[in-house]
Parts: sequence; C-alpha cells; structure tokens
Amino acid sequence: MVARADFEHSDGAHGADVRFTGRLTLARLGDLPARLEELGPIASLDLSAIERIDTVGAWIVTRTVGEHGAKVTGASAEAKRLLDALADDKSAYRVHRDRRPMMIRMFEQVGTASIAIWHELLGIVGFFGAMILALGTQLRARRRLRWHAIVTRFQSVGVDALPIIGLMTFLIGIVIAQQGAVQLRQFGLEVFTINLVGRASIRELGLLMTAIMVAGRSGSAFAAQIGTMKLTEEIDAMRTIGVSPMEAIVLPRVAAATILMPLLGFYASICSIIGGGVFCWIGLDIPPLTYIQMLRDIIPMTDFWAMLIKAPVFGILIGVTGCYEGMQVRQNAEEVGQRTTSAVVAAIFLVIVLDAFFAVFFSSIGWN
Amino acid sequence: MTEDVQTEIQEELAAADAVRPEKFEYPIRIRGLVNQFGDTVIHDHLDLDVRSGEILGVVGGSGTGKSVLMRSIIGLQTPTAGEIEVYGKTLDTITDPEESRDLRRRWGVMFQGGALFSTLSVAENIQVPLREYYPRLDQRLLDEIAAYKVAMVGLPPDAGPKYPAELSGGMVKRAGLARALALDPALLFLDEPTAGLDPIGAAKFDELIRGLADTMGLTVFLITHDLDTLYATCDRVAVLAEKKVIAVGTIPELLATEHPWIQDYFNGPRGRAAANCKQATARQDGKN
Repeated sequence: MVARADFEHSDGAHGADVRFTGRLTLARLGDLPARLEELGPIASLDLSAIERIDTVGAWIVTRTVGEHGAKVTGASAEAKRLLDALADDKSAYRVHRDRRPMMIRMFEQVGTASIAIWHELLGIVGFFGAMILALGTQLRARRRLRWHAIVTRFQSVGVDALPIIGLMTFLIGIVIAQQGAVQLRQFGLEVFTINLVGRASIRELGLLMTAIMVAGRSGSAFAAQIGTMKLTEEIDAMRTIGVSPMEAIVLPRVAAATILMPLLGFYASICSIIGGGVFCWIGLDIPPLTYIQMLRDIIPMTDFWAMLIKAPVFGILIGVTGCYEGMQVRQNAEEVGQRTTSAVVAAIFLVIVLDAFFAVFFSSIGWN
Repeated sequence: MTEDVQTEIQEELAAADAVRPEKFEYPIRIRGLVNQFGDTVIHDHLDLDVRSGEILGVVGGSGTGKSVLMRSIIGLQTPTAGEIEVYGKTLDTITDPEESRDLRRRWGVMFQGGALFSTLSVAENIQVPLREYYPRLDQRLLDEIAAYKVAMVGLPPDAGPKYPAELSGGMVKRAGLARALALDPALLFLDEPTAGLDPIGAAKFDELIRGLADTMGLTVFLITHDLDTLYATCDRVAVLAEKKVIAVGTIPELLATEHPWIQDYFNGPRGRAAANCKQATARQDGKN
C-alpha cells in the first residue's frame, strides 16, 4: 500500500506550519482538503517530503496559498512546474451560468416560449407563401411539375402507410361501436350504433386519425430528411447549381401529401366502418347487408364532401410544417431531432385546431 | 469524521493501489494483435511497445487501422487474437468490472470529434469522470478543478458554462482534451487532435499537448495525419502499414529506413515542407 496524501502540522506565530507527506494526488487525496480547512490560518506549506504531486495536489497547494498567504517551501522541480502552470489567477474562469431568481426565470421562460411559438407560426405562414410563389414561378416559366419526384413520394407517404392506417382505424371503428353500443343499450337504441360509427368515421375520425398518422410518419420524415440535407450542405449545393430547393424538395413533398390525404382519409374511413360493421355483426347481430343499407340512409353526402374538402388542407398543412421545420435546421445533428419533434407536434396541433374550425363552419352552412 | 467516510477513503486508496502507472517502463505492450472484420484483416500479428513518458505518434495511410488500434487498446473493440497489456492488465480477460474501472481511471481518451456530452456544459463534461470515480469530492473543489482544467487547455474564461453546440471546432477539441485530463491520467490517448483545425490553431494545439505532457509527465498515444504535429510533438513515431507496425523510432531513424511508404510519407512535398519548417524553427531558436 502506498502512502496516502497526508500532512503534519505545528502551530507557529502566524498560523500552522504544514508539512505534506505521501502522494499529493487525486487518487490518494482522501479527506485532506477538509482536514486542511479545519486547521485555521496556515503560514507555510512544506512540500519536501511528498513522493508525487499531480494537478489536483498542486491546486490544493495553490488554493491554500491564495487563501492564507502561505509560503511554499521544498518544492521539487516537478512540483514547481505544476505550481507555475496553475499560478495565474483563475477567478475569471466561470463554471456555472448566472442564475436569476426563480420567479424571473419562470416569467422569462413563458415569455421566450410564447415569442418562439409566435415566430414559428409566422415562419410557417411565410414558408407557405414562399412555396406558393415558387409554384407560381414554376408554372409561369412553363416548367413541368416534377411528377417523378411526386410519384416516388407516393410510395413512402401513401402505399407504405396503408397497413398501419388500416389496422388502426379498423380497431378504432370496433372501439367506437362497442362503447356506443354499451351506452345506447340503456335506451334500447343499439341500432343507432350504426349512425354513430358511420357518421363519426366519415366526417371526423377516419381523416383525423390519418392526419395524425401521416404527420407522425411522413411529416417527421420530411423534417428529418431535409434537416439532414441542410447539414450536409446538399441544399446549398442545389442552390449553387441553380436548382430551387423549393421546387425540387419542398413542392413534391407537399404535393404528395396533399394528393394522398383524401385517398388515405377515405380508405381510413372505410376501414373504420368495416371495423364497426364487424362489431355490429358479431356483437349486435346486425347482418352486414343490413348494416350497409342502413349506412346509405344515414350518411348524408355532405359528410363525404366535408371530408374531401378537409383532407387536402390537412395534407398541405402536414407537408408544409414538415418541410419548414427541416429547412430551419442550421448547425448540428441534435437540432434535426428537435425540429423533427416540433414538426410532428405542430402539424398534429394545427390539424386539430383547423378541424375544429371546419366543424363550426360546416354546421353553420347547414351541413349537419 | 464518520466511519462511512473513512471506509470510502480506504476503498479509494485501495483502488488507487490496484494500478500503479509509475511501476511500468512500458505502459502499453501489444503482442501478436489480430483484428479482422469479416474477411478483411486490419491488423496481422502487430507488435508495439509504448515507453513511459513519451509521446508516441502513430501514422499510416487511410484505412490502415490506426483508430482500430486505439479502440483495441482502450477496450472498445475486442481483438480477434493477440494480447494487449495496459499497465500489466489485459482488458479482454478482465471479468471484474471494478478491475477495469481501476484501469480506466488511469487513462484519458480524446476522440476525434471531441465526443463531448451534448446535454452537459463544458465544466460539467469535465466533472463527469471526477464524479464517477471520486463521488466524495465537494462541489467547490469540483468547480475549481473544472475551472483550472479549462484554463490549462487554453479555453477562454467564459467557456465553462457553455454547451458543446455553442463552441467552435477548435474549442470542442480543447474541451475534449480537458475532459480527458480530468482525472490526471498517466496515459493519454489522442485521436487526430489537430484534424479539422486551421494551421494556427493546430500549431497551438501541438504546443499545448507538448507542454501538458512535459508538465504532467504524461505518456501520450497520438494518432495523427498531420506531419507538423509529428515534428512538433512526438518523441517517437510508429508507422502502420501492411497490417503491421513496420517501424518505430525517432523521425531521423525512420528517414534512414528504406521502406518506400515511409520515404514517400516523409519525403513527399508535404513531408519536406514540415521538415524544413522544423529546421527553420530550430535555427531561429539557436539564434535566440
């Protein structure tokens, strides 16, 4: 066992005379700093008996010298070199951020967050405008839309999403039918389960669930892809070659989302209705044929139109939010993650807010 | 003083005794190292000794396995065959996690990209190893250690509270070096410390490494592509080629060998420029 850092002391006129022994290193420091502090005023530090010293040991010595004005004696060449390296004033070096009082920080955070949300909204609106302008220039210059780029997105945004959207809405159809049936049974009106499933699916749930899923799958993918392209300077390279990133990157993605949302939304509604139908058949003994006939009477055409009007708007919203957030990536990989998250959160939030507006609008024009 | 604290101190001291760097003439000994990924053989029976207190530069063309060699030594990569002893211990035969911790606290590693923890500030990054191995250190001493390490690696006074994303490339490297030096290790691994720095920054970094190694008596294992770094800092240079270390020695010794790669490397246009520069500095130093 090697000697730990230790010291002997004798009290002199101006304070204790301390003589260090053993190894004055981090690994063998033990409780030396605490014991040294208990000593009170220190007049001198003798390093002649130490075996080794490292920067932590040297720092303890430097610190004691600074605090007590102690003299250092018997330092070896090695110790002197370390002490010299640590000698200059370190008081300017900060370790922690300045922390303001809790109350102020709270208000500050709320304020910063509010302003950030406002800027985000402005940014998305501005980006949407820039995209429309880009579309305008593209059409005016009689350049063809990049159909190839749009169609390749169909695969990832649309076809690949079919199984998950189908399964999800099918299960939601079952859940709505089952919960509705339990409540309606109390009044003996189980047959109205069909109304519930049919109208809710076509008018709201099918599309809303699709929008949430597309925002999670494709909105995030847009943000991450474009964010990474920004980091690797692909977007800049594109600009220098003379290709507009708006035309080549953003428009095809937004177009794909816009075209596919009505299709996916309709598909989702049908899956949800099938789910409800399966429950009605098994749980309520309503045969499929009756179910379908009832649906024809119950669901007004306006529900269907409402869905078809909302769907492309949601598609644009998801596409624009995803691309906008991706384009905002500036410096590091961490930001790609943050931006992807906010793309999804913002898209889902905006879709639901807009859906509420649509609901009010459609009922006031009499599409009940 | 409570008994708990005394027991903790005893444990710390026992751990400190487990690995004793000063007893080894060769901190790193590699014998017959084989590294193989699928059919690709990276190292084929490679031998290398690193002397205590030296700065050993490791050079080699791209893909010759410099980084793989370092990763094998520090235990991030299990070799296919062969033996690597660091302070008399072979990492891949150590089963007790405590034993490998004893070894790990004797070295510091600086990765090429700095590898700072992005959610922690520079000062907190430096304190991570200290907190891990010396949980008893009080916050004041931890902060003071972080502050002087920041100063030692030449970072500006306001760098401590900053997050890695707020630092420039050169500052990230310095911060990475500060974290590698947090535990006052005896052995330091540096992976391409000057890659991506401008020539002025790189020269300052070379000076810093040389200065720190001299002050703290470090053994340094330094991977580099930078000829200037070799001339400015390294005591010896190991050349990796043909899946082996084909030569180890001072630069004049290497220049005396006939091996074509070594000749190309040191006598190519860049090699000669670095050598001339070194001679010019030496002459100037002589005059002063």
